[in-house]
Amino acid sequence: MNLDIALLLTQDGLTNGAIYALLALALVLVFAVTRVIFVPQGEFVAYGALTLASLQLGKVPGTAWLLVVAGGVVVLLDGFIAVRERKLHRLPRVLFENLVFPVALLALTGWLAPQKPALWIQVALALALVVPLGPMLYRLAFQPLQNASVLVLLIVAVAVHFALTGLGLVFFGAEGSRTPAFSDARFDVGAMSVSGQSLFVIGASVALIVALYLFFEKTVYGKSLRATAVNRLGARLVGISATLAGRLTFTLAAAIGAVSGILVAPITTIYYDSGFLIGLKGFVAAIIGGLVSYPLAALGALLVGLLESFSSFWASAFKEVIVFTLIIPVLLWRSLRTHHLEEEEERE
Amino acid sequence: MSRARVLLVAFLAALALGPAFLPEFYVTLLNYIGLYSLVALGLVLLTGVGGLTSFGQAAFVGLGAYTTAYLSTAYALSPWLALFAGFALTGTVALFLGAITLRLSGHYLPLGTIAWGISLYYLFGNLEFLGGQTGKTGVPGLSLFGLPLDTGRKYYYLIWVLVIAALYSIQNLLNSRPGRAIRSLRGGGVMAESFGVDTAWLKIVIFVYAALLASLSGWLYAHLLRFVNPTPFSINAGIEYLFMVVIGGARFVWGAIVGAGLLTILKEWLQNLLPKIVGQAGEFETIVLGILLVLLLQRAREGVMPFFQRWLPPARWVEAPESAPALPQRARPKPGERILEARAARKQFGGLIAVNDLSFEMASGEILGLIGPNGAGKSTMFNLITGVLPLSGGEIHFRGERIDRLPSRQIGRRGIARTFQHVHIRPTMTVVENVAIGAHLRGRKGVVAAALHGERAEEATLLHEARRQIERVGLGEHLYDQAGSLALGQQRILEIARALCADPVLLLLDEPAAGLRYREKQALADLLRRLKGEGMSVLLVEHDMDFVMNLVDRLVVMDFGERIASGLPREIQTHPAVLEAYLGGVE
Repeated sequence: MNLDIALLLTQDGLTNGAIYALLALALVLVFAVTRVIFVPQGEFVAYGALTLASLQLGKVPGTAWLLVVAGGVVVLLDGFIAVRERKLHRLPRVLFENLVFPVALLALTGWLAPQKPALWIQVALALALVVPLGPMLYRLAFQPLQNASVLVLLIVAVAVHFALTGLGLVFFGAEGSRTPAFSDARFDVGAMSVSGQSLFVIGASVALIVALYLFFEKTVYGKSLRATAVNRLGARLVGISATLAGRLTFTLAAAIGAVSGILVAPITTIYYDSGFLIGLKGFVAAIIGGLVSYPLAALGALLVGLLESFSSFWASAFKEVIVFTLIIPVLLWRSLRTHHLEEEEERE
Repeated sequence: MSRARVLLVAFLAALALGPAFLPEFYVTLLNYIGLYSLVALGLVLLTGVGGLTSFGQAAFVGLGAYTTAYLSTAYALSPWLALFAGFALTGTVALFLGAITLRLSGHYLPLGTIAWGISLYYLFGNLEFLGGQTGKTGVPGLSLFGLPLDTGRKYYYLIWVLVIAALYSIQNLLNSRPGRAIRSLRGGGVMAESFGVDTAWLKIVIFVYAALLASLSGWLYAHLLRFVNPTPFSINAGIEYLFMVVIGGARFVWGAIVGAGLLTILKEWLQNLLPKIVGQAGEFETIVLGILLVLLLQRAREGVMPFFQRWLPPARWVEAPESAPALPQRARPKPGERILEARAARKQFGGLIAVNDLSFEMASGEILGLIGPNGAGKSTMFNLITGVLPLSGGEIHFRGERIDRLPSRQIGRRGIARTFQHVHIRPTMTVVENVAIGAHLRGRKGVVAAALHGERAEEATLLHEARRQIERVGLGEHLYDQAGSLALGQQRILEIARALCADPVLLLLDEPAAGLRYREKQALADLLRRLKGEGMSVLLVEHDMDFVMNLVDRLVVMDFGERIASGLPREIQTHPAVLEAYLGGVE
């Protein structure tokens, strides 16, 4: 291997690592606030990428229909509860968020998509279609299980992953898609040629991470999420609703997933089931951070990205084996640091 | 014959006669259900009972299948020898993975299993000598005593005999001394460790056992299909195994077979139906399975077995014999011998000093009361003595031996038994089973003997001892009630019986009288006096002053982690520092 290849691989690794870092942050966030190990995070990556790809072909993506159907079920559930509890004043908002908005979006997509609008409009539309699925998913799958154990929530998350992957196959078919690059520019820095797309991905990731940092440090909503992560009961006592925190977290996670998908789509071909492995690499990173530390998770993500790109050069067939085996020394390190008995009690 | 036995015989008869009547398609389906049941049975033990969730069992199935496929084609090794080679390989891998991941807290384990599940899957698909993604063909069929098992109908019997054997072994195991320890793993381990259970080792044992059952399933699969490729060992297959167990009901051994059956039939049906609806080919059944499972976990977390159980007679796990040979007893220390001594014991949690250089000693046959206001550090002191928490400084000696660096279960082995301020019982186990956990160290038969039911004589002595202690503390009429159904006060008494089962010389009781009525308190005091008469030493934390003052020989009073007074009950009652701590300063 010469320096050129090493630099190229490093660039590849950092680009992918930036994406894994975003996903790892989302996973840490979702786990901290809701205790859900969010396995379907990867499906939002695939949905984001493939929704954009559909729009670029001038087609109405299946996610637009999914939004209407999922919203309809939420309306039925929440509408029934509102009527039963005689809190009819809730109905307009429930109807707007889960029925009017998705239907309007479907109509808008049906009108816009065949015209193949500018790329940024397509991106905005793809995000608008995929992100609201996050809170709806929370409402349908996880909100009824707010007090369940981490393990029950994990099994539910895996079940949701199953369902979303299957739906992805229905919506987008078995063939993969790759979207055109956001930027074709190339910059020569010394011996290395840096692609505009890589810079774009890394820049967007950094921008998003900074935005998240500001959100958590400066806004009331961000602070309430942090409060919920530190102490759920305490947060509830000072008036932060666990439901609101959950929906907000899932919105953020869906947004991070969809953005990652849109960023990664020009680099790799995305299939309906690609999200799982991408999301799991985010997990490997998040576990390096012990599922609690954001900076360690981000560093872990860069490590995963680099390991992946270098192993694809040396032993491309064993790329996944190497990346997922990385977790074993990490787990070993984590387990050597845990000495005393778990005081965690599981009540039946 | 009991109704349960009639049902069992009917099930076995239907199973045995099935292939004679069923068309080929259903025999094949039942063969698959049998193969999946083997893996699911291991998962019931591991996940449902032991509380350790694994998504990676399919990888172990793959290890079994690939080992035999490789050895029987490349080296023409007998499949029966290859089975044991598969066991050896799977066992080694499971031992290694288990040693690394099982010590992790709850959710790291399932994530770890996903990771190595994926790793092994990609390894199968990328190793040249295993045939890569296309797989390995030409795996020989099986023959048993010269009889070739060349049709699905013949193979059926081999599969189902093994399934029934696995089911029988797991039911035996759960209904035994190591089984009770396994069933108490979910409680967090503190209680089990204090009675001498090596929880870390037991977790590895059930992990390896589940892996071996998966490996067996893989071996059967390879010789049934005579072909292996990586697909059936993917992480998705691993997830489906866990789904089977959740659908059936993870706590129920029979749930494994019910779940495997339901999921296999449902998948088969959906695979025919859905492509017609969608209009293209693909694995659309995952949508329905995923949604179904979410609903199941929201509505019926125990799976479908509880619905079946309504028609079944209530299962009585064990009966304690009325008579059995008595267990040997530990030699009692001489009356007046110094039995326990704390020398400047100290415990700091960050900046908080919970126990501040506390020193005291107690003599054999003494009842010593440890009292003090809430938060004085009394329960922390208990945890220091029993090794649940490490000391920050100082020493603790028991019968002349320093014990403060020993793990909890080694301390239990030396003759200290305790109860807990917040009761640690297994609510779904019967009272007698809960109490028998206390006698863990007084039996020695292990997992293998238990699975084969070769420990019935020892088991009888242990259960009889449990029964004796339960009757002694006055819970005799609740022997076979679920422990969770007892009143809180009775649960505390249950903990005393469990501690007595360990044949201790020092008993640590943390608020034993809380939640008891007046008469029950009197009975408890009588019991403790009788134990004292037999040479038992008792260290007691209690808030009920009437109870304490009439019972104890001496008192140590703690406040803010420090000893503020010690002496005879009537001295303490008028001690100014004690009055101030309890009632506030007297101006």
